[in-house]
Amino acid sequence: MSNFLLAWIVLIPFLSAFLLGVMYLFSIKIAKIPNIVFSVIGISAPFLSFFIGFSFFIQMIGNDEIFLYKAFRWLGVDGRDIDMGFMADKLSIFMVLFISFVGGLIHIYASGYMKEDKGYGKFFFYFNLFIASMLLLVLAHSPIIMFIGWEGVGVCSYFLISYYYEDSANVQAGNKAFIANRVGDFGFIVALITIFYYVGVNGFDYINLEANIENVSPEILTFIGITLFIGAVGKSAQIPLFVWLPDAMAGPTPVSALIHAATMVTAGVYMVARFHFLYDLIPNVGLYVAYIGAFSALFAAIIATKQTDIKKILAYSTMSQLGYMFIAVGLGGYSVGIFHVFTHAFFKALLFMGAGAVIVALHHEQNIFKMGGMKNKTKLVFFTMLIATLAITGIPPFAGFFSKDEILLTAFSSEQYLLWSIGIITAVLTAYYMFRMLFVVFFGKNYKENRTIHFVPKSMTMPLVVLAIGSILAGFIGIPEVLGGQNLVGEWLANWKHNSLHVTHNTELILMGTNILAALIGIFIAYKKFYMYDMKKVPEFTGMVWNKFYIDEIYNKLIVDSIKHLSVFISFKIDINIIDKVVMGLSRNFIRTGQYVSKMQNANTRFYAFTMIVGISAISTYLILVIR
Amino acid sequence: MADSLLSYITLAMILFSLGLLGVISRKNIFIIYMSIELMLNAINLIFVSVGRYYESIEPQVIAMVIIAIAAAEAAVFLSLIVVMYRRKKTLNSDIFTVLSQKDSNE
Repeated sequence: MSNFLLAWIVLIPFLSAFLLGVMYLFSIKIAKIPNIVFSVIGISAPFLSFFIGFSFFIQMIGNDEIFLYKAFRWLGVDGRDIDMGFMADKLSIFMVLFISFVGGLIHIYASGYMKEDKGYGKFFFYFNLFIASMLLLVLAHSPIIMFIGWEGVGVCSYFLISYYYEDSANVQAGNKAFIANRVGDFGFIVALITIFYYVGVNGFDYINLEANIENVSPEILTFIGITLFIGAVGKSAQIPLFVWLPDAMAGPTPVSALIHAATMVTAGVYMVARFHFLYDLIPNVGLYVAYIGAFSALFAAIIATKQTDIKKILAYSTMSQLGYMFIAVGLGGYSVGIFHVFTHAFFKALLFMGAGAVIVALHHEQNIFKMGGMKNKTKLVFFTMLIATLAITGIPPFAGFFSKDEILLTAFSSEQYLLWSIGIITAVLTAYYMFRMLFVVFFGKNYKENRTIHFVPKSMTMPLVVLAIGSILAGFIGIPEVLGGQNLVGEWLANWKHNSLHVTHNTELILMGTNILAALIGIFIAYKKFYMYDMKKVPEFTGMVWNKFYIDEIYNKLIVDSIKHLSVFISFKIDINIIDKVVMGLSRNFIRTGQYVSKMQNANTRFYAFTMIVGISAISTYLILVIR
Repeated sequence: MADSLLSYITLAMILFSLGLLGVISRKNIFIIYMSIELMLNAINLIFVSVGRYYESIEPQVIAMVIIAIAAAEAAVFLSLIVVMYRRKKTLNSDIFTVLSQKDSNE
């Protein structure tokens, strides 16, 4: 069997990351290594993983085989052993394929984007480590191995977000991402312990957990479901732990593309889908998940309508799309959610990379109201961005339409009409803010016509084309039956789809029409307001929405400040007044006692003799009277 | 026989206590030395009388050894007292405070 190749899917990027790290150290300490070496190694790793993953994909067509490879026993704890193992079923191989593929394209793009950066090798080291952690996360055969990948992704995101570490704001953004993720991870750890204790009786891998889950009481399952979802909320930036996502834009643009498209944020969705056997048993928690997703989607979309930073707009749109995914997985449509993860990976990577190309072309200008008129100057970027924007808006036949339609169909057929209407409103808003960005950046009147456009290298535009093709075609693997197509994703992930949709074809068509109408309304409003937008003056925004509902400020006040107060209290009150006093007082008392005792050694022979006699008498009396 | 042993031991105890009192209360090094010898001989007396009581020879041997050691010790002790007197021109034991905490601090 070639199951050991599973380990190599993860090992190749790990090893290449290690190699890149060593080479980078060599390069800065001893002799310079040309950038091309770093990029060749860095880029080849995800594509190699992709090809291995593809070979497994081919073996899986037409059967339900699960590939399992146990590398070694990691911990042996009295029958509750933990193996270092890899498992590939249809869900994980599906994830592996687009993670490595889209990740690889982002690597190519990064080789152009980071060309003039002095930490070129370091960047690719982090990038490969990121891909490796994400692949470990999806290929893990037990939750604990998944957690290793989960944490690896977290730490790599921290490295990459604070990549331009000379600016303290970027470092703070990295810290914020890391700390917000810690909060979620706490939930994950609690869930892991609970699972290990209650469910992991016969083994701690998914297959055994699935077999054992029936024996556990629903209260504990609910607890596990909620704590696991806290982990997903942290990683996938949903309410209330989303604050790190917009700040994560501090990193270089390829990082944003990597975090937002194929890796990291999709981990939460993947985890819920991976634990589908758990969430199937507790539909109420699933509903809660769906509502959190819906509100996050709406909330992020509202904030996005007022942002001026191109990357922040895209960041909030990611959060919004993730909300859609959680609606789907919460309602039991795991395959639908994963399908949206898949299409989203293409068009969101494309959007970020296009935005990055525009930013490079305009010498690192990020405010959309200072761009304008980019349509004629960067034609290729414009067309690819247009495709991606249409895809995220949900205009057929682009990728986003099919997956978003299926999510809303899931919500409608589960009779969750509130979720459905939130989804529709969000769709309108999505169309509005995406086209607002597109119109302002590419059509707006530019008053600085004569400013030079920085050259955008081929390595940055070629991945855009590939992803644009992907954004057009990705949706076609999941055409709903009503349009006479075949839902390949639904069939592939048949095990992850427990509710059959019972709506008539007419309703389905009406829903589809509603979606398109919603998108068109949004586009129309954006067109009215922003087409040929006059950019003489950069608009100043105020108000609730522009300030992101003051969420950051509220968190600062409630959490950061209170912790600060507590630490100030501890360090200036408790530490100085109590701890220091006790410790210093103890030592002072020892010195003082020593001084008193030393006075007894006064060289008075008769005094010595007297004390000796007193001691001897006391001991003798004790021996005679008590011990006898 | 038992009564006479008790009286010997009582005598030894009285001698020992007198010696002890001398060590504690007197300042003169010579008197202290003599008091120590008194205590030593009180112990010697116990050895001898116990040996007589049990009609055993070993305590007598030990007593003889103690007397021999005491003679040697007397030589060392007296020569030390001579040296000490030459240093400080006094026999007051309170004057000799070299090893005290006070002196080592200064």
